[in-house]
Parts: sequence; structure tokens; C-alpha cells
Amino acid sequence: MNLAAATNENLAHISNTLIYSSMAVYTLAFFAHIAEWVFGSRSKVGRTAAALNGQSAGAAVKVRVAQKAGNTAMLERPTVVTRSAAGTRDVPDGPGAAGGTFKGDLWGRIAVSLTVVAFAVEAGGVVARALSVQRAPWGNMYEFSITFSTVAVGAYLILLALRKNVRWIGLLLVTTVLLDLGIATTTLYTDSDQLVPALHSYWLWIHVSTAIICGAVFYLGAVGTLLYLFRDSYENKLAGGGTPGKFATSVLERLPAAKTLDTFAYRINAAVFPLWTFTIIAGAIWAGDAWGRYWGWDPKEVWSFITWVAYACYLHARATAGWKGRKAAYLALIAFGCWLFNYYGVNIFVTGKHSYAGV
Amino acid sequence: MSNTNTTDERDLGEAGEQLSTAPREESASSVPAMGVIGWARWFWRQLTSMRVALILLFLLSLGAIPGSLIPQNSVDELKVQTFKEAHTVVSPVYEKLQFFDVYSSVWFSAIYILLFVSLIGCIVPRTGQFVGQLRSRPPGAPKTLTRLPAYTTWRTDAEPEQVREAALRILRKRRFRSQASGDAVAAEKGYLRETGNLLFHIALIVMLVAFAGGQLFKSEGGKLIVEGDGFANTITQYDDFKSGSLFHNDDLEPFSFDLEDFVGTYERSGPQRGTPRTYEARVTYSEGADGAPKKKVIEVNKPLVVDGTKVYLNAHGYAPVISVKDGKGKEVYRSAVPLLPIDNNVTSTGAIKVMDGYKGADGTKEQLGFQAFFVPTFAGDGKGTMFSQYPGLDYPVLALNGYYGSLGVDSGLPQNVYQLDTSKMKEFKDSNGDKLKKRLRPGETMKLPDGAGSVTFESVEEWASFQISRQPAAGWALGGAVAAIFGLAGSLFIQRRRVWVRAVRGADGVTVVEMAGLGRSESAKLPEELGDLAVALHTEAPTAPGPTPDPGTEPGPSAEAPAEGAEK
Ligand code: HEM
Repeated sequence: MNLAAATNENLAHISNTLIYSSMAVYTLAFFAHIAEWVFGSRSKVGRTAAALNGQSAGAAVKVRVAQKAGNTAMLERPTVVTRSAAGTRDVPDGPGAAGGTFKGDLWGRIAVSLTVVAFAVEAGGVVARALSVQRAPWGNMYEFSITFSTVAVGAYLILLALRKNVRWIGLLLVTTVLLDLGIATTTLYTDSDQLVPALHSYWLWIHVSTAIICGAVFYLGAVGTLLYLFRDSYENKLAGGGTPGKFATSVLERLPAAKTLDTFAYRINAAVFPLWTFTIIAGAIWAGDAWGRYWGWDPKEVWSFITWVAYACYLHARATAGWKGRKAAYLALIAFGCWLFNYYGVNIFVTGKHSYAGV
Repeated sequence: MSNTNTTDERDLGEAGEQLSTAPREESASSVPAMGVIGWARWFWRQLTSMRVALILLFLLSLGAIPGSLIPQNSVDELKVQTFKEAHTVVSPVYEKLQFFDVYSSVWFSAIYILLFVSLIGCIVPRTGQFVGQLRSRPPGAPKTLTRLPAYTTWRTDAEPEQVREAALRILRKRRFRSQASGDAVAAEKGYLRETGNLLFHIALIVMLVAFAGGQLFKSEGGKLIVEGDGFANTITQYDDFKSGSLFHNDDLEPFSFDLEDFVGTYERSGPQRGTPRTYEARVTYSEGADGAPKKKVIEVNKPLVVDGTKVYLNAHGYAPVISVKDGKGKEVYRSAVPLLPIDNNVTSTGAIKVMDGYKGADGTKEQLGFQAFFVPTFAGDGKGTMFSQYPGLDYPVLALNGYYGSLGVDSGLPQNVYQLDTSKMKEFKDSNGDKLKKRLRPGETMKLPDGAGSVTFESVEEWASFQISRQPAAGWALGGAVAAIFGLAGSLFIQRRRVWVRAVRGADGVTVVEMAGLGRSESAKLPEELGDLAVALHTEAPTAPGPTPDPGTEPGPSAEAPAEGAEK
């Protein structure tokens, strides 16, 4: 490859500045989200409780969502009535962090705008890094981490732009992005440099980029699953006639219904699973070119495989009647845990052929 | 929940049946009928149930873990050895549990073989079932459409027959498989989901068989070549060779190549100084027994491929060219001696063995051995370290000390070419009686004491080592993998769903149109799609003036029963 291309110190410096700036903006977004939640807590919504209390008599409540999807032009569109599956609770989604308050909503919008700005700055940082090293910016864990959080935020913003109900992820996402960038810029930082020969391959672009996308989107799914578990126990408690703590109520009643969160997580995981399968296969092809064997049970390969099987487990569990709901959710969390371990654990604690991509 | 489910299923009749080929879960407690056949059947049903598939999948991922944390013989035998020496207590236990060979262990094999038996036992009946479903027609409309997850209704002046015809046309145009049955039209779409799912599971089997077959027939060997030397692909030319149990020597493809030149470059400055930047092995190769010579550069990610055999660049190092003269000044040895790198800056060690042709000062036949320590970039005299400072050839220095006597090569025991067995040798001493040793620059000569001759460090060549591997069935594995991805995408992104349109004349003579959709529980698009279909049909059968029925109010007595439910 291009040996003579000396690392461009200047661009590397710009990249670092951009990453630090994005952290500053993310911090502002974090506080804006906090403000959103705080103002939102002052509204007395109590919708979940009401819905569930109606149900506590034992009779199933039917909530019919009349959908008049657009198209009001000439003809009145026939109204479609939907019902959710039997055995699932029909609870309306919470009103979101802002709790329907004007101030909360304002802060929420500010938080999202700041997240957009931070995302743009961070993406700039990643691109500058790529230019400075004249290659894909995924040669070590520092570069991997900054790309990872950029992609996660990007995916979240795309979902927002598609008008999906995902603003509830905001606070958790921004918090973890700050954590990720904090670790990246301190312990994982590596000076901008070129790659060792084994990484010189277009498979780097294919394999690593899809790996990052998978991880980032799996992460969004995992957040959905985690919140599902909290919200589900909250709903269970209410349905059983209990009263959850004040703080839990304030936070959880504003989240979407457990079923919505669960479906969100499932869709995300199911959508990414084929891409993850592709990532592993692309990795195997690359390994075939680089190391002379497609599959050698290298620790990284093992953990990719474990992650894959764990997600397959989750998808199977969903297709099996007795395993829906919480049990499947635990499997999803275990699967994401495997992904995380494959990233941090294997790079740091285990040595293998992949370890030069390391710390 | 199970209660409501069964009532729902009864309510919906066969409308919700066979929306997938997933087997129904049987309860674990169902006691098998007695007798061997009864038990065998019970066992088979358990093995092929989704629950057991789930458990086996979970065990598979659990079972793979130890292999990533404990060194594996298949990956690095040396590491296993080191581990065993360091952990004398647990190692015997690990050994018993086959923790050093997890992926070929009895228990790991048992898990995946059971899983794949389960998989086959699952696919075969599902495929049969699916073929049956492809031939059959979508089931007729359930009695009460209001129960279904998506529902809409309106009144129209069009005749019921007209509405049904229009519905049939619209549904067929959207590639629903549709038919009229009684007062309703039944339609179904999304069979590709099941096709994809079956394709995916079958592809998994293809991949496993290809992988296993590849292991049985594969061969793999290493060869170290000094610049200017070559290799022909026959078993005797390999330095080391491994093959699967069904491999036959004739399977090796005839070809040969010469290493013309090896080029390695390294980072010159900065914190990553010394990190390799390029490795290129320039070779000339010819296919077949005597094909025309062709040129090729082998790089780390770019193997040479000849007829399915791949030649990978594995490692490289230095081979100082050494010449040895005897007491009479006659050159008895001249060779490039490959040395093994021991660190990232290619500090290298090895042995020079002069087997025959050498006679000592007194004319007796003797063998010579030298221990060699080589650095491509020497720190400089007095710097206190003999270790290399940089992997490139900036300031090469070779340190030698020598022995004479018998190398012990005739003892019949295999000998490591990089080590000297000095048990039957004496060390050369200098005039002070100390060990004779000297640091040489290229071109310099070390005189042996008492007219025993001399050793000259002529120049430095580089060597590269190659891995030459044949992986039969790799194409099958790749084909399986690609099929798996497509199958998976079909299985996860396509929804199988049913739509019913019922048109009957109401009591007041006005036609009532009812439409309902049923899909698997995760389908979000179903109401939207039903809405679209309704709009399309509505243009042909517009709403009649008068009161519009509210789709939310259910006619019929069982209005309070929770709806839908049939997910399969
Ligand atoms: C090698 C291990 C296996 C893997 C990686 C695997 C993976 C998957 C995946 C990813 C799906 C898609 C899930 C979905 O549609 O939501 C699926 C579906 C399915 N699998 Fe497997 N599977 C394996 C073994 C098995 C076995 C042994 C059986 C039978 C006992 C089985 C039966 C099924 C069935 C019936 C479905 C379809 C479920 C439905 O229609 O919703 N699988 N599998």
C-alpha cells in the first residue's frame, strides 16, 4: 500500500479536537435530556396506572387504535381497527420523557438538536481521522470506539427522522456515548498511524464496517430490551395491584408500553441478525485470504460465533410460544453481552490473531 | 393465556392454521407410551422440538466459551505446553475434560451433532408440510372477521358479486394467491418467508457438511524458502505437513515456485517505529509439472492460488550467508542459513552445521557447529544490548561461537535445525582459554584457533515462509453461507399474511363489505396494507350514503372475547 503517505499530523490533530468538541456538545445534550425528564416529571400523567387499574378486575380491555393513515384527498379512507395479540396487555404507550409538558418537550427538542450537532462534529472527527491515516479509520480500538458511537447515534437519528417513536432512547444513548468516548480518548487512545500488512485489504472496509454497524444497532436493541424489562415489571406490579416506587413510576410511566419496547427490540435485532451473519462470513473469507484458513477458532472468531448463536437462540425463543417476553429478553441481553465481551473482553484479556487490532 | 389462545383458535377455525410450518410445542410432561418404540418416538419428538433446539443452541454457545479462554492445541500447541507447565493442578482436569481440544472434543461434537440431527429432523417434515401448503388454497374466511388483528368495514351500493370480483382482481394484481369461497374472497401472500426459512436451515447443513468434508480431505504444510531457492508441491518438500484423514498424496496439485526476492519495509519513525508496513514475496511459479513460468507477488492478504491450492505468505526472517574454510584454506561449506526471529525487531537465533567435508588441523574428519545470534540493526558497541533495534537491515551484526566434534545427526533422532546438540562437541577456545566468540559484520571473518580454519559472514539474504493449503469444499461452504444469508433475509423480512374480503347483502338491501387481515404477531405493516387494499377496493365500491357502521362495535354475542391470538 501507500508507504510514502506519511501520517498527516495536522489532520490527526483536527480529528482529536473534533472528538473532544463533540463530547462537549454531547454533554450539553445530556443536560438538556435531564431537563426534559425533570420538567416532564411535573406532569401528572398516570395513564398506565389508569389503564391497568381498569384491567385489574380481570376483564381484558380492548384498546382499538383507529388508523386513518393519511390520504384524506378525495375519499374517506376506510378505518382499520387493530387489536393486539391475545395474552398481551393492552396498555397505551407513555407520553415520552417530556410527559406532555411544554417545557419538557422544548428541552427534549433542544437535546435532540444538540445530539444532531454533536453527531455531525463527531462524524467529522472520524472522517478527519480517516484522512489523516489515509485508510479506513478502524485500525485500533480507539478508532473503533469513536466510529461505534457515531454509528449508534446516526442510527438513532435515522429512526427519529423516520418519525419512529424512539426519543425515549435519547438520555441513555447520550450517556453511553459519553462513556464510550471517555474511555476511547483516555485509555484506548492510539496515535494516528498506518496499518500492519495483515489489515491491508478491502475486506477491512466490508468486514469491520458491518461489524460496527451491527454492534451499534444491536446496542439500540439492547437498550430497548433493558427498558422493556423495567417497564414490564412495572406493569406487572400495577396489574397485580401493587404500587411501584415514586421515582420508578415517574420514569417508567413515561416510557412506551412494554409491548412496544419489546417489539422495537425484536425488530432491531431481527433486522441486524442477517447483517451479523454476513459480517462473520466476510470475516471468514478475509481470514481465508490473510491467514490461510477460513475458520480457526481464534478467540475473536469464537466469540463472534457465540454472539451469533446467542442471537439465533433469541430469535428461536421468540418463535416458540413458551419463551416470549421476559425469558426471550434475557436471552437478548445475554447475546448483546457476548457482543460486548467480544469487543472489549477479547481485545483486552485474550490474545489471539486479532489482538493487534487491540488497545 | 393458554386459555384464551385455545378459544381463539377454535373461533378462527382453520383460518389461522398453517401460517408457518413451525412445529407446535408439545408439553414436556406428556408421558410416552411404554415400550421401546414408544420411547424412541418420544425421544425423537423431544429431540426435534423447538424447545430442545433452543437448549442445544444455548449449549453450543456455552460450550464454545472454554475454547476461547484456554489455549487450544489446534491453535497454538506451544501455548498449551506453557499453560500446562504453569498450571499443574488444573491441567490434568482440563486434559480429562478435553479443554485443550474443545472444538474436536467428544462433548462439543455431541452438542453440534445432536443439534444437526434435530435440525434435519425438523426440516424434513417442515419441507413436506410446506410443499403441501404451496399446493393448497388459502383457507376460507372465519365466521366473524371482527376478531382478526386488522379489520375494516363499510357499506356500498355495489352488488356483492361485483365487490368480490373486484377484490379478487385487486388482490391478484398485488400477487396475493386468492380465491373466492362462498360469500368471501380468501387471499394469502408471503410464501417466500417459509422458503427463506427452510433455505436458511438447509444452508446451515450444507455449511456443516462442507466444513466437515473439508477437514477430512484438507492438507496443509509449511515451507521456508531463502531468496533464490524454490519449492515443488510434493510431500517430501514440506518442512511440516498435516492432512485430514481421507487425504491422499496424489491429491497434491503439481506446481512449483521460486522465491526471487523478499521485500519488507517498516515504519521509520514515531511511536510505532518498527511496525511492519509491507511484506512482499516476489515469486516465479509454474503450474503443472512443467508449465510456463509466471511472475506473482504474494502478500499477506494475497495468496498465490494454483488450482485451488493457496500459497500464503506466513513469516519472514534473515538468512546470513556463511562460508567455512578448513585449515588448508579450502572452502568446505557455503550456505545461506535461515535464522528464527525471537522478537519484533527480528533479533534472530539459529545454528550453522557443517556436516561433512571438513577436516581439522590434524587432518581428521570432524563436524563443526556454530551458534548464531543475528541482529539486522545493531545498537552499537558498548550500548549494552545485543538485541536488534529495528527490523530492517540497517546495521547487521552476526555473533558466533563454535564447536567441533560430532553433531549427533547420525544418532537417528530427529534434530531441530535451529539448535545445536553440543553433547558430543567441544567448544573452540581463544588463546586465553575463554570461549571463542566474535561479532561479525558482513564480509568479516572469524579465524578458528590453532589453524582449524575460518568462518566468513559473507552477506545477508532474506527468507520467507509459506503455508501451502488445500481446502476442498470451501466453495460449498461459501455457497451455503450465501444461501444462508438470503434465506435469513427472506425469513426475517417477509411477512406471511392472509386477507379476507366478505361482501354480503345486509338486511336493508345495502351491501356490507368486511375486510380483515391476519399475520404473524410481529407484523406491523398488516393494518397499513389492509388499509391500502381497502382504499383500492373502495374506489370500486364506494361508501353508500347513510349510516356507516363503526368497525369498532362488534356485532354478535361474543363481543367481549379478546381477539386475534392465532399466531402460527
Ligand atoms: C444450527 C442451529 C440453528 C440456527 C442458527 C437457527 C436459526 C434460526 C433463525 C435465525 C430463525 C429465524 C427466526 C424467525 O423467523 O424469527 C429460525 C427459525 C426457525 N427455526 Fe431455526 N435454527 C437452528 C436450528 C433449528 C432446529 C434444530 C430446528 C428444529 C427443531 C429449528 C426450527 C426452526 C423453525 C421451526 C423456525 C421458524 C419459526 C417461525 O416460523 O417463526 N431451527 N432458526
